[in-house]
Amino acid sequence: MKTTSKWLLEILLVLLALLFMSPIYLMLVNSFKNRAELYENALALPSSFSFQYYTRAMEKMSYWTAFGNSLFVTVISVVIVVLLASMTAWMLVRTDNRLSKIIFMILVSTMLIPFQTLMMPLMQVMDWVRTSLHIPMLNTHGGLIYMNVGFHASMAVFLYHGFMKSVPIALEEAATLDGCGKFGVFWRIVFPMLTTITITVAILDVIAIWNDYLLPSLTLSDKGLRTIPLSTFYFFGEFTIVWNLAMAGLVLTIVPVVIFYFFAQKYIVKGIAAGAVK
Amino acid sequence: MMSKRNNRLWFAVFTVPLLFVFTTVVIVPFVIGIGYSFVSWDGIPANPKIFVGFDNYAGLFRDDRFLSSSWHTVEFTLLALISVNLLGLVLSLLVTSKLRTSNAARTLFFMPNLIGGLILGYIWQFIFTDALKLVGQQTGMESLFFNWLLNPQFALYAMVIVFTWQMAGYTMIIYIAGIQGIPDDLIEAAKVDGANLWHRLTRIIFPLLMPAFTICLFLTLSGAFKIYDVNLSLTNGGPGNATELFAMNIFNEIFGYGHYGLGQAKAIVFFLIVAVLTLTQVVITKRREVQM
Repeated sequence: MKTTSKWLLEILLVLLALLFMSPIYLMLVNSFKNRAELYENALALPSSFSFQYYTRAMEKMSYWTAFGNSLFVTVISVVIVVLLASMTAWMLVRTDNRLSKIIFMILVSTMLIPFQTLMMPLMQVMDWVRTSLHIPMLNTHGGLIYMNVGFHASMAVFLYHGFMKSVPIALEEAATLDGCGKFGVFWRIVFPMLTTITITVAILDVIAIWNDYLLPSLTLSDKGLRTIPLSTFYFFGEFTIVWNLAMAGLVLTIVPVVIFYFFAQKYIVKGIAAGAVK
Repeated sequence: MMSKRNNRLWFAVFTVPLLFVFTTVVIVPFVIGIGYSFVSWDGIPANPKIFVGFDNYAGLFRDDRFLSSSWHTVEFTLLALISVNLLGLVLSLLVTSKLRTSNAARTLFFMPNLIGGLILGYIWQFIFTDALKLVGQQTGMESLFFNWLLNPQFALYAMVIVFTWQMAGYTMIIYIAGIQGIPDDLIEAAKVDGANLWHRLTRIIFPLLMPAFTICLFLTLSGAFKIYDVNLSLTNGGPGNATELFAMNIFNEIFGYGHYGLGQAKAIVFFLIVAVLTLTQVVITKRREVQM
């Protein structure tokens, strides 16, 4: 009785897992089929494995350029968010006055603002900066990184702020007495103790920024600057009916994410759980 | 005195860089966005911005496309809320019942969440247009297996399915953390006292999972209400405008039709609804949480 129900649950779980993976299966098998084969039976395995659609998709979507752009924008944005947010959160926690509280409240309450509420006025502001101050905020990776930092700042400060209470203040005081300056105290003593939450912040932001479509689509117009979601969008618009080519392109965009997931799975799952609970 | 001034200086050195970026990217656009919602403007810098007071807001109630978009967004959000949390809960209960395949299954269930919404939508566009049609032809069940994206109602269900595929694994992770926080001896004691599976679930596990419910409902509610990427890549609002949800309606109003003022008024209303919804939801569920 006990074992039968256990086996039933086991079978149910396997079936659910297979069902969950069926879209991935469909995408994979059809990326290898030619047109006739695909329309004859989209569910069957391909009769031969040829990577011709992959090489063509890679070329059509300028895969390596887009990959490099995504990597550059994501890494730099996340590094800046981590540095600035941890510094800010530390000061806000260690300076117990009204100003700190007000700044923190403003940061937290703006987390409710949807992107759609800000996108049009943001583009006007950045356009004004571009024309009046001659700082190229639009159609540059630098501008995109700047805006990424602005959008992810409040969440990161919030996470660091919550974690900072578990960092013992005694160590900092001892270091200050030993003649360590503010920068020294922060980078040598405090920041290393924040590693757990730094990983959470970094993972949440890597996922969000890597997959972001809307902000890059508004700011970047040059073909050579496109990130992976952007180049997928244009590629798919062009080859929507050519399913085998389109599927090969999609597989290519997913590969980096899957590799990242399998290497950092433990941290990702922990980070997601920790980030959500806060 | 000297050290006080010094402290202020250090405070500025540590906080101003972030606050400056944050202010220019979030605060300033938010404030001037409120201003834009009171003007009529087509987005061309040379053309005048004409002050129209509350006309843009009043116009929302006469905008049929906007009203039906709001209704579809509500419908989508409710369906998504139920299906994501139901599936996430079932998956978490299965995965934590010490089965052989638990770990592998957990890994697979969570994976879709890491793939961006835009790409998820494209994968499923293929499934709903061609794969489903083929299944229908082969099984003869063409009343269920057809191109869902051409039918207004089924296109919305298609979005619910894709969103569930994306989010169920995410809520599963949070429910798992909640379940693992329940002490084993509590469950064992209930078993000894003769509580069956249903009673253990409804009397012990669910009440103790209330914090996890709060988080998951909050995340799915705001995620579903603000959905854009999946909407764009799966249906692009079609057929007709049947699946043009809130966020897409705002985008199209501003950048598609060039109604900058009206679109920004919609965006402000969007913000107010998101704020009220999420705050109410958190307050209600927090009140029902059980303290251990």
